[in-house]
Amino acid sequence: MTDNLLRILMAVIAIATGSIGTFAIFYGLNLLVEKLPRIWKERLLPWVYMGPAVLMLTAYLVLPTLRTLYISFFDSRSEKFVGLKNYAFALTNPDMVIAFRNNLLWLVLVSGLSVGLGLIIAVLVDRVKYESAAKSLIFLPMAISFVGASVIWRFIYAFKPAGSDQIGLLNAVRQTFGLDPLGWLIERDGLLEPVWETLKVPSIDALPTLLPLNTLALIAIMVWLQTGFCMVLLSAAVKGIPKDVIEAARIDGANEFQIFRRIIIPMIMPTITVVATTVVVAVLKVFDIVYVMTGGNLDTDVIASRMIKEMFNFRNFGRGSAIATVLLLAVIPVMVTNIRRFTQQEANR
Amino acid sequence: MKIARRSTPAWFERLPLHTAVVAIALLWTLPTAGLLISSFRRKDALLQNGWWTVFQHPFDLAQFHIGNYVDVLASQGMGQAFLNSLVISIPATVIPISIATFAAYALAWMQFPGRQALFVAIVGLLVVPLQMTLIPVLRAYNELGLAGSFLAVWLAHTGYGLPLGIYLLRNYIGSLPRDLIEAAAVDGASHLKIFMRLIVPLSMPAIASFAVFQFLWVWNDLLVALVYLGGNQDVAPVTLVLRNLVGDRGQDWHLLTAGAFISMVVPLAVFFALQRYFVRGLLAGSVKG
Repeated sequence: MTDNLLRILMAVIAIATGSIGTFAIFYGLNLLVEKLPRIWKERLLPWVYMGPAVLMLTAYLVLPTLRTLYISFFDSRSEKFVGLKNYAFALTNPDMVIAFRNNLLWLVLVSGLSVGLGLIIAVLVDRVKYESAAKSLIFLPMAISFVGASVIWRFIYAFKPAGSDQIGLLNAVRQTFGLDPLGWLIERDGLLEPVWETLKVPSIDALPTLLPLNTLALIAIMVWLQTGFCMVLLSAAVKGIPKDVIEAARIDGANEFQIFRRIIIPMIMPTITVVATTVVVAVLKVFDIVYVMTGGNLDTDVIASRMIKEMFNFRNFGRGSAIATVLLLAVIPVMVTNIRRFTQQEANR
Repeated sequence: MKIARRSTPAWFERLPLHTAVVAIALLWTLPTAGLLISSFRRKDALLQNGWWTVFQHPFDLAQFHIGNYVDVLASQGMGQAFLNSLVISIPATVIPISIATFAAYALAWMQFPGRQALFVAIVGLLVVPLQMTLIPVLRAYNELGLAGSFLAVWLAHTGYGLPLGIYLLRNYIGSLPRDLIEAAAVDGASHLKIFMRLIVPLSMPAIASFAVFQFLWVWNDLLVALVYLGGNQDVAPVTLVLRNLVGDRGQDWHLLTAGAFISMVVPLAVFFALQRYFVRGLLAGSVKG
């Protein structure tokens, strides 16, 4: 109990130093600089305002990023230079290849499904009166943590042997239709495997399985979480389309589908691109869902969860850094686009 | 006029639309609703049959109890973790707000060499994956003896949240009317005075958006807590305790469902109370890394 009181006290002190403290520092430095001759004052004052931010950004983002780049060329304990060995590992190790396949699946399916569904829902809810209520419900998962969402979905995927009452929603549905329950998180076979078998297509076992069920089950969680986000952004864009444009098309005899395909989609294309890139960046770094649901076992690892494994479980800092660098390289195109978009926007200001 | 041409009533024509919207909304709510209902069911009932069976006798309140919550709060450390989450999240929201607001003002309304380059760099930092920083920061923390302390996560979240905060606030503060700020400067107000009296009050909507976004980000975070707090159970937030619960007691659904709901209460409350700010922060922060 006293322990908790101490904790609360600490929090209060932290909040005080955090808010009042930082303001006090700014205020004090400001007073000090105000005393200086005018020319020095004007030169120094901006850095009083910028200083703490620059310091924190350098300490937590810039320097560590450079350092990670550097140690990615060294061995597990960062003592011996090993050249590109860690990168060779990151790109060719069988587990890493599976992680890349999974990440590719995640990228394609999550961005495709959540943007696609988000768009369809955005257009549909635009036409009903209870729009805001429906949107709130679909958007709600956005507030839930990946860990919380993982528990929710573990429950949905829960598996009990055939014959007993299922407690997982999906297996209960299967049972209602007379199908055997599936170990959604265990089955690493491809979704299409039975199809190949019935079609008697020669085995393609040499290749990593396409569409493994357990990875698909994890992807579904991310789609559930991200669709609301896509819907909210796309819905704002759909509402931005002038009503008379759509009305004119309608008078010209266009049906609802043609309006969607030929007017709505082209007009909100810029937003679709922004939303899709955001989802892509989020997916690249997805780690929590895999970590909580399967621990990356049974071929479900993705790049970000492999990185944590190398760093934590195997204590191989060289490999961990190389994998992190691969992630960084993957987001560089997004970074460049953001900067370009921003400089354009600044030029127009 | 339009209606006269229709052979079927309007509501009938719109039936597929309503069905689709209602079905999707229900489908999206079902997982969370199932969790909420389950968290109030008894331990053996939970393992015996699905949560939807409660609707067979919906008025039998005896099938519900709050024992799971008592259990998970007291004996599984969830109560402690809830407090830790608050202790972590509030300072990790307040500190970056003050640092970011000062920086955003300097970037928007002060003249100094390298200003534009600095802001471009901040835009670039927005998407840097946290994974890039974990190993060096953890090593530095180990040397300084900071690993496993609240201070470690407060500062880390401050560093990681700043690019978004500065970006968001600088865009807002930069769009305030120039006349207003110049008029104040002509009247002899110092930068500090302009900042405190004019900029901060006017920027409240943007500050609130960033605050909501950062608070939820920190509250829901697992990665930063996992890496920098490690195995120190005394300081573990709800996400970390919940994840350990999944690992150790993966089949104890009465604990998992109640624990998950406890971890979601605060974000859901923030979501419903401040949805407007949340959406705005999300819109602006859709580039965060």
